[in-house]
Amino acid sequence: MTDTALAPVMTPAAGGVDFDSAEARARLKKRYRAEARFKALGLLAVLVTAAFLGFLLVDILRKGIPSFFEHRATLQITFDPAVVDPKGTRDVADLRGADYQALVRAALQAQFPEAMDRRARRALDSMVSSGAVDDLRKAVLADPGIIGQTRVMPLLLSSDADLFLRQRETLITRLKGAGPLQVQGEGASITLRNGGAAFQTALAETKNFLAGRRRALLAELATLPPAGGSASVDAKRNELEQAAAAIQARITNANAPETLTDREPSLFVSIGGGILKITEIGPNDAKAIALVSPRTGSLITDWSLLTLRVPETNRRVNDAVSAWLETLAQRGMTEKAFNARFFTNGDSREPELAGIRGALIGSALTLLVTLLLCVPIGVAAAIYLEEFAPKNRFTDLLEVNINNLAAVPSIVFGLLGLAVFLNAFNLPRSAPLVGGLVLALLVLPTIIIASRAALKAVPPSIKEAALGIGASHQQAVFHHVLPLAMPGIMTGTIIGMAHALGETAPLLMIGMVAFIVDIPGAITEAATVLPVQIFLWSDLPELAFQSRTAGAIIVLLGFLLVMNAAAVILRRMFERRW
Amino acid sequence: MSLIYFSLLLLMSGLAYVLARGRAAEGARGAAFHSRPAYHGLLAGAIVALPMFAVFVIGSFLTGFAAERQALAALDPALAADPLRRGAALRQIADLAAGRPVSGDVSALAAAVETWRSVHQIAIAAIYALGLASGVAGLLFALRRIAPDFKARNRFERLVSIVLMLCAGIAVLTTVGIVFSVVFETFRFFQRVSPVEFLTGTHWSPQTAIRADQGGSSGAFGIVPLLTGTLLISTIAMLVAGPIGLFAAIYMAEYASPRFRAIAKPVLEILAGIPTVVLGFFAALTIAPLIRVAGQALGLDVASESALAAGLVMGMMIIPFVSSLSDDVITAVPQSLRDGSFGLGATKSETIKRVILPAALPGIVSAFMLAISRAVGETMIVVMAAGLAANLTFNPLDAVTTFTVQIKTILVGDQEFDSAKTLAAFALGFVLFFFTLTLNVIALAIIRKYREQYD
Repeated sequence: MTDTALAPVMTPAAGGVDFDSAEARARLKKRYRAEARFKALGLLAVLVTAAFLGFLLVDILRKGIPSFFEHRATLQITFDPAVVDPKGTRDVADLRGADYQALVRAALQAQFPEAMDRRARRALDSMVSSGAVDDLRKAVLADPGIIGQTRVMPLLLSSDADLFLRQRETLITRLKGAGPLQVQGEGASITLRNGGAAFQTALAETKNFLAGRRRALLAELATLPPAGGSASVDAKRNELEQAAAAIQARITNANAPETLTDREPSLFVSIGGGILKITEIGPNDAKAIALVSPRTGSLITDWSLLTLRVPETNRRVNDAVSAWLETLAQRGMTEKAFNARFFTNGDSREPELAGIRGALIGSALTLLVTLLLCVPIGVAAAIYLEEFAPKNRFTDLLEVNINNLAAVPSIVFGLLGLAVFLNAFNLPRSAPLVGGLVLALLVLPTIIIASRAALKAVPPSIKEAALGIGASHQQAVFHHVLPLAMPGIMTGTIIGMAHALGETAPLLMIGMVAFIVDIPGAITEAATVLPVQIFLWSDLPELAFQSRTAGAIIVLLGFLLVMNAAAVILRRMFERRW
Repeated sequence: MSLIYFSLLLLMSGLAYVLARGRAAEGARGAAFHSRPAYHGLLAGAIVALPMFAVFVIGSFLTGFAAERQALAALDPALAADPLRRGAALRQIADLAAGRPVSGDVSALAAAVETWRSVHQIAIAAIYALGLASGVAGLLFALRRIAPDFKARNRFERLVSIVLMLCAGIAVLTTVGIVFSVVFETFRFFQRVSPVEFLTGTHWSPQTAIRADQGGSSGAFGIVPLLTGTLLISTIAMLVAGPIGLFAAIYMAEYASPRFRAIAKPVLEILAGIPTVVLGFFAALTIAPLIRVAGQALGLDVASESALAAGLVMGMMIIPFVSSLSDDVITAVPQSLRDGSFGLGATKSETIKRVILPAALPGIVSAFMLAISRAVGETMIVVMAAGLAANLTFNPLDAVTTFTVQIKTILVGDQEFDSAKTLAAFALGFVLFFFTLTLNVIALAIIRKYREQYD
């Protein structure tokens, strides 16, 4: 049909409405635009949701995957009999009580002979985790024969050292040195000289950093009340203005040397196996101190300049330890390996030693209690309501009650657990038994509703046929309806269990938030569960725990994914259309 | 101990089943039995198991009671008279008797621990003896009753239907338990703090002085700041979840191709299945800093635990909830309404706006009400991303606190026994429970009515 064919009907002359006028066309266009807009809004809503989910998952993965890996130092450890077994008796108690930290320290001092004084020793001790010391103890106890020998042992680094090697403490930029460098002096007074203005860029960057500090001063100045108010404000303004002006003078004089303190980014010169820290920098010369003594001569062509972007005072790893770690990495004595401890350890105050095994077992025990309670009870309740309950007001009430219970906030179930199970029944606090009871009550409505739907989906003809050949009502239900409804019931159960696995709030109420190092062995022992462990870790200030938290979240989401996938597969495999 | 007892119970019960079934099968060869042998067996098994189970439950309850009384009698009377120290002492006695490590000096409890232990030993022996005796008696009784005209199946089926009914009753029992646990404690709370002050007070600081002569912290229990905080965060959440959820539902129900639905639906389901503790972590460590940085760039002063961050993430959590409920009600609108509208020349969006949404309005309203109830009751996101400060404000960039955060804060950790502060948490739970319950009951009633309308 064409417009010409329709035209006679639609002209005003024929007494109809004009659908062909310019206004009408404009109106139609507007309506179609509105249509497109509306549809686009709908699509946008779905995409926003998907984008949020994507952002969430990517963020968690980005934060969490590093926690599955740890950094170790592979050092030559000499199991010195004088340290490990001074009495020479090979007595287990003596071996257990020996100072294994001293072995680690000796191995590190072999690498860094300059680290001899007390402060340096303490810094060395802070590099390696106490877990590594325990590993040495275990190695000796397992095989006392290694006493007196020298072995290469992987030593777990502390979480701060680990973060430094991941460049999470500070970004490190490396610049290949341009032109030969002349090195004079040693120890705390070294002069570096270069003909070709090799330090020009680094100097400019330092001045740039100072410009940032000046901007911060000016911003602070802007927040102060205007001059002429009180004397103290005026003094403060004056002080800030002078400080800003002083920095400005340093910046303007682009070639003037700068003294570097712990408030500016640290500059290291990596040279012949050693590391020098620059204390004063000019365009083509610098003063430095040796953090790790270099082994080469005075004129060096192969060198590089390292900038640690975050000033020393803002780092948990100071310049000396940074230099040692950098050197260990350069000497190939650090390795990054899978972090098995994360899955075999319980909770710990040390991030690098904290693991989720205790929480996983706690979750398993709690879910076991939940499963054993809520599946029989839920299915029985569903069978009663769907098949046997008389239609009366009590049954109606029961139904309304179950639907409402499904929408009660989970924390209220925690209050119930606290008031009834703990205070009235005196059951043990923090135990998987109580956690399982509370979660069973929480997911019971879900399981009842899902089981009822599954029972309802079985066609009545099956039951009627059974009844017709003389089965009792219960025989018809238990022998014929229930087996056919089983896949649906199992799907509902898995989804209910997944819900229980992720639930946190009610378990906080019944005390499953304690810091528990031991792996729980029974349902009456104190335990924690995976989501609560996540909550506990997320509260801790250390950056390393943030990564552990995300790692635990990945594990939790992994379990949920497996459970939901199982539910989907079950539904696909056994789904029957009648 | 209970494990051994229950294995014994199962063993006895199984034995009864085998014996009774065997005897019935043997008898059935000579005479026409009313019930199949298996039913005789099942009935016998139940007759053995039920009394044994009852003995265990009643026995354990009485044991705890008796052990406590005897242990208290063996304690120093001064200690036993003080309710606070008595509770602590009883807990320590139980720990000591079970061989768990106990901190502090416990030498004064040695006699009580001994009494506790001996009471338990006697009681356990009694439970075993009584249980076994009742089991054997049940077995003999069941075996004697086996006869051709004994209606074992009918008896067993009646037993089964009673058990089924009891199971269904547990749901009611849960509700009753919730109501009683919050109402009872709330009542005790109102004996100390007047309900008027509780409901209209604008200051919340639950710290009460431990001793009467302590100054400073007298405790203030006005829930208005909590109410505004909860409403602020829920409003932000609904402003996010309402439009996005509804538009997503409309698109999924009316526009999306089956292939698009097959991808988009799981995305929504995954989002719905993410535990709230994960979302809380995300809100606190990713969204809140983002909002703070964005606010600073705009020259705004944003609290590090702003209501906005918690509200946004909570909104995202509720989107799948709103969209799946709305999707259901939109799909339930009969096709004839759509066809009629198309027939009059309306475009699809006009049909949706003028016909489908008005028709589905009751369902959508109830979906929103359920979503609000969920936002109000949500705990982990606000615990992790919203603050503790009870500020009376409507500024989304400020830190506010909610009912759930306060309940969690008061009840987690060391509780002061029986203090107004602890009771206040239950009073908050009471308010929370009845607020959400009202919303749910109304919403579910609307949905029910709505379903009937188009069925």
